[in-house]
Amino acid sequence: MTHWLITLRAILHREALRFTGQRGRFIAALVRPLVWLIVFAAGFRAALGLSITPPYQTYITYETYIVPGLLGMICLFNGMQSSLSLVYDREMGSMRLLLTAPLPRWWLLLCKLLAGTLVSVLQCLVFLAIAVAWGVRFPVMGVLSVLPALVLTGLMLGAVGLMLSSLIRQLENFAGVMNFVIFPMFFMSSALYPLWKMREASPTLATLCGLNPFTHSVELIRFSLYLQPNPSAMGWVLLATLAFGAAAMRGYDPARGMQGKTLKGG
Amino acid sequence: MTGIEISCLGYSYGAKRALDDLNLQVAPGQFCALLGPNGAGKSTLFSLLTRLFVAPEGRILLAGLDLARQPRAAMARLGVVFQQPTLDLDLTVRRNLLYFAALHGIAGRAAEARVTAALDRLGMAERAGEPVRALNGGHRRRMEIARALIHDPAVLLLDEPTVGLDAAARVAITDHVHDLAAQGLTVLWATHLTDEIRDTDRVAVLHRGRLLADSTAADLRGAQSLQTAFLRLTGDEP
Repeated sequence: MTHWLITLRAILHREALRFTGQRGRFIAALVRPLVWLIVFAAGFRAALGLSITPPYQTYITYETYIVPGLLGMICLFNGMQSSLSLVYDREMGSMRLLLTAPLPRWWLLLCKLLAGTLVSVLQCLVFLAIAVAWGVRFPVMGVLSVLPALVLTGLMLGAVGLMLSSLIRQLENFAGVMNFVIFPMFFMSSALYPLWKMREASPTLATLCGLNPFTHSVELIRFSLYLQPNPSAMGWVLLATLAFGAAAMRGYDPARGMQGKTLKGG
Repeated sequence: MTGIEISCLGYSYGAKRALDDLNLQVAPGQFCALLGPNGAGKSTLFSLLTRLFVAPEGRILLAGLDLARQPRAAMARLGVVFQQPTLDLDLTVRRNLLYFAALHGIAGRAAEARVTAALDRLGMAERAGEPVRALNGGHRRRMEIARALIHDPAVLLLDEPTVGLDAAARVAITDHVHDLAAQGLTVLWATHLTDEIRDTDRVAVLHRGRLLADSTAADLRGAQSLQTAFLRLTGDEP
């Protein structure tokens, strides 16, 4: 095995061990989407009438509608959290260690993104199992066909987080990013309501939602879960992943990035 | 000379000059203390030596390899102990060491052998399966030093490695690294604590990004204490 693959395997293994070792983090990550699925959806289903739109071929419950959005939510929170934790010194130490490995920096950052994505995908699979137990139905093969969509979504959102972590010099707390990145991304998407509903309320907002890469991630997940292709969403997400990934790599370029926030003392 | 060779190194944060025309050579087997008050430029120098930043001015050679032209080969010859803890507290001692070995492309039996040897040297073989969280500060630091040596580097950088440790642990770690230098390793030890430096050590005094002095500690201090000489040099004497 080459040095590159040895390093990738070690980074993935480390993240998986940390994930399984931190039960609190695992449970907390699942509670959030489950509250939406079980509580929010129950209260909201009466308020929202859903017409039959692809990929659904029949009327569906609201719970069924929001499952892809909640899968996206898991990737969104996890991607932001794992990357933004780099801003704190605790994690910055391990990032410094990673970046001193004698490999190209882009590869090390890609390994880091893949490790965060692995955790997101594991959380999504557990969430899907609970959703099935809750009565949500989708094709059995959907569990497999949704995997590439989840990986791509995880990479894209991890890249957004990585880019932010290279830009933000001081992060007082996670709340700032919640307010300015996570909430707008989540609520201005098709995660909780279809865009045609949004368009009825405000065409401008619907247009903005259409430009939000997270909307396309959710749609890619939705279509993949029901074994249907969605080339436009796939194209958007791929493009956004490349763009955010390039920005993150630029942010961590040793000739430019990581300045200011890492320097303390002498 | 094949240890550390720094020539004409400069670095600025915007208008603020952090390092200015720095020249420093550390030979193999030498323990060089990089002494400087807070804000002297030590952390910037370490960031440049570990390639966290790339130096726009000057040149750095590590074990004879140009950090700008052969970054991967140069970094492979470098061991680093950072000021911030970089151990994963929830993973075991062994797992932490194996992770680092893998970052340097060492896996399988070779990694197991090196990790076992490192643990034996530390006298921590029986604690290999414990999470790092269970170790005290001194043990964690020793472990980080052992980890930095797993890939057999030629150069060892330590950035204020005794911060937060008690007196006994500080002495033990300082002695340990002096022993490593005596065995042929090139050591650059950043500190602002003069009691960690022996008379025979090389001392490079960094202040406001410039090298103020570069000699043995004995020559630098003369008849006074190193602390007094240091404060006099940096203009911070009471």
